[in-house]
Amino acid sequence: MLQIDLWKRLLIWTVVALGLALALPNGFYSRVEGANDARAAIEMGSTDAALEAQAGQWPSFMPSALVNLGLDLRGGAHLLAEVRVADVYEARLQGMWPDVRDLLRDQRDTVGTIRLQPSASDELRVRLNERPEQASRAAELVRGLARPVVTLTGAGASDIDVTVDGPDIVVRLSEAERQATDDRTVQQSLEIIRRRIDEVGTREPTIQRQGADRILIQVPGVGSAAELKQIIGTTAQLTFQPVVTRTTNANMPAGAGNELLPSIDEAGTFYVLEQAPVVTGEELVDAQPAFDQNGRPAVNFRFNPTGARKFGNYTAENIGNPFAIVLDNEVISAPVIQSHIPGGSGIITGNFSVEESTQLAVLLRAGALPAGLTFLEERTIGPELGADSIEAGKIACIVAGIAVLVFMILSYGLFGVFANIALIINVALIFGLLSLIGATLTLPGIAGIVLTIGMAVDANVLVFERIREELKTAKGPARAIDLGYEKALSAIVDANITTFMTALILYVMGSGPVRGFAITLGLGIMTSVFTAIFVTRLIIVIWFERRRPKTIEV
Amino acid sequence: MRLRLVPQTTNFDFFGKPTLWLGISGVMMVLAMVSFFLQGLNYGIDFRGGTTIRTESAQPIDIGVYRTAVDTLALGDVSITEIFDPSFGPDENVAMVRIQAQDDQEAVSPELIASVEAALQQAVPDIRFVSVESVGPKVSGELIMTAAIAVVLAIAAVLVYIWLRFEWQFAVGAVVALVHDVVLTIGVFSELQIRFDLAIIAALLTIVGYSLNDTVVVFDRVRENLRKYKQKPLREVLNLSINETLSRTMMTSVTTLIALIALFVLGGDVIRGFVFAMIWGIVVGTYSSIFVASVVLLKMGVKRDWSKPDGNAGTQFSNIDA
Repeated sequence: MLQIDLWKRLLIWTVVALGLALALPNGFYSRVEGANDARAAIEMGSTDAALEAQAGQWPSFMPSALVNLGLDLRGGAHLLAEVRVADVYEARLQGMWPDVRDLLRDQRDTVGTIRLQPSASDELRVRLNERPEQASRAAELVRGLARPVVTLTGAGASDIDVTVDGPDIVVRLSEAERQATDDRTVQQSLEIIRRRIDEVGTREPTIQRQGADRILIQVPGVGSAAELKQIIGTTAQLTFQPVVTRTTNANMPAGAGNELLPSIDEAGTFYVLEQAPVVTGEELVDAQPAFDQNGRPAVNFRFNPTGARKFGNYTAENIGNPFAIVLDNEVISAPVIQSHIPGGSGIITGNFSVEESTQLAVLLRAGALPAGLTFLEERTIGPELGADSIEAGKIACIVAGIAVLVFMILSYGLFGVFANIALIINVALIFGLLSLIGATLTLPGIAGIVLTIGMAVDANVLVFERIREELKTAKGPARAIDLGYEKALSAIVDANITTFMTALILYVMGSGPVRGFAITLGLGIMTSVFTAIFVTRLIIVIWFERRRPKTIEV
Repeated sequence: MRLRLVPQTTNFDFFGKPTLWLGISGVMMVLAMVSFFLQGLNYGIDFRGGTTIRTESAQPIDIGVYRTAVDTLALGDVSITEIFDPSFGPDENVAMVRIQAQDDQEAVSPELIASVEAALQQAVPDIRFVSVESVGPKVSGELIMTAAIAVVLAIAAVLVYIWLRFEWQFAVGAVVALVHDVVLTIGVFSELQIRFDLAIIAALLTIVGYSLNDTVVVFDRVRENLRKYKQKPLREVLNLSINETLSRTMMTSVTTLIALIALFVLGGDVIRGFVFAMIWGIVVGTYSSIFVASVVLLKMGVKRDWSKPDGNAGTQFSNIDA
């Protein structure tokens, strides 16, 4: 009969209360957002009375998670970029030429003179001028330059394929190396883009890798996609500059041809540097975290041939002097040159932890994007359009809600009121869940909520209609209510599971706004089933226990 | 006095002319397909690539001026439409400029957008570009593929679920109804040349879900009545089931329509096409769950012996208690 255990009642009310509490911050959106921003700023170390006051706008014991607003509601820019991974192959192969040249020059007695041939961008073609018959021997030598590639599948694969084509030796990157390179290139691009956008300091940018070689960038509050592209396109400036002196005086006069720059990790330390760099980051080919001969974390780097020559000459002349590695006008480190560094590769040592050396390697590589970007999709949504959409969506939600509420009361009287209470709880639960999982609300998402308002009554309607039917035949009101719930259940479950499946498919297959719609639709189905079979039922049972009516009218 | 959309007990004969209903639906579907193949859909940039620019200006819009400005750039097919919406203020004059994807390039070109904006700015000094969206043909091709796969997957998933929970005849009935709804919706979009973009695919899938919801409620009752009235002919059982659930079907459709109409009128022009698709889908979906799914079920016949205890019994969820 109509009985619900106390613990079940408590559980249901707890879930409802929790949902309402989680939804509450969204009712005071701008105030909570301001307070959250202020708190984040305080955590970052800034202290300011105005910030404190702003943080106090929303009590800290209250939930403060908000529904994220999608680009179509907040305005901003969206870019889908494809990384031209093949750009990197050419640079890699060209970087190998000096090694190949030096190697074969040492063996001139066997292979004779050699010359680099013009070729497709993904291969390096070297001709043996005097002794073409020695090509296979030369290829054998060049193969000795190959380094192993560490991948999950291709263990033991080497990074280059060397083949013989008549008098030519052809060097190509191996398949395994290409894959590893592609992956690294995209990862690097992602890192650089993230760094650049973070520097601009906008709120909640989305920077995601999509598929093998694509990057999705969504930044709210940026004026246009063109502006966003400009931010991404700015090259971080990496330079190697001679150090004049080190100081703690921020106002020290630098002198002619010099400049005063702060240290990146030692607050209060400044360096006076010669303005003309020895080498710039444009000439850097690679940087990897490594360990020095004492086993301390360090960073290995490599220059292209011109950079290598300049760097070699400079280090030969300045052993014992410090030189500074400068990124975007901040000194990353200022090591002392220990020895002449020929060949263009070197190692930066310092007081690094492993994390720091990794970070530094990333920063060094992040000097410039490793490969060009092709923009496949770009969207700019003006903030006014977003604000208009929110306003329109809000009004539509309210009107739709009121119309449905009135309609339910007209159709079912008191039971309609019960269903309406459940409906309001339902909408609050959707917002609570959206905030909890940090989902993004988009314009189609709002449509999903409106649709849910319409469909959420469905489960209640099914039950009420069933109760009506049972009242015609059954024994009493309590029995009718009980049977109504029992018999309507299979229809409710089947109907909602099928709709939920389509929401799930939408979520998996969809992107952007469509995915936002799928989330609200899916959550709406869960909450509407919960409210219909638990909340409404509990309300009806409580009412029934109080009143004990002899007859009911549904 | 309660509001009743349909009388408390009804006894309509829904199967008086089953062939007629199937015929009407069949003709409608053929018309929809003819329209689709003759006119094609008015694909948005999501599906065929290109650029749309939404402009706003305080001056009344003279399409001729816009067109002259853009035509000097020779960009091929350019469409310019003015948008009207009750929510716009008197000095909000909104237009959409759509430029086709330019040949021989995979990506969007910023120069093109900049040149169009400059040309328009010169023609209409106070023009503002509220939103600019650009999709390269490479992505749009993939989006079409994904969308088609999503719809097919959804229908397949439904087929399997209903087959497991009911009988295969029910699943076929439901899927025929779904295909009917999807085809008719696509037909309306091609006939009225409403812009068909990614959001419409979401609407299509929702229609699939909604129509199914309706169909499943009817089928659930059919299953129950088949057990209850073992001797009644299938036709009468189906008719009884539809009559019994008619009140609920109408209630749910009407409440959903109320909410959607509010959104259609007040929700702004950006999602109007999307909402229109849903409204149409709910009308068609309600029709199809009564007149298509059940008629197909009647034509196919169904296993009558529900007495043996099997895992498909509809009561397996009924011991859930609040």
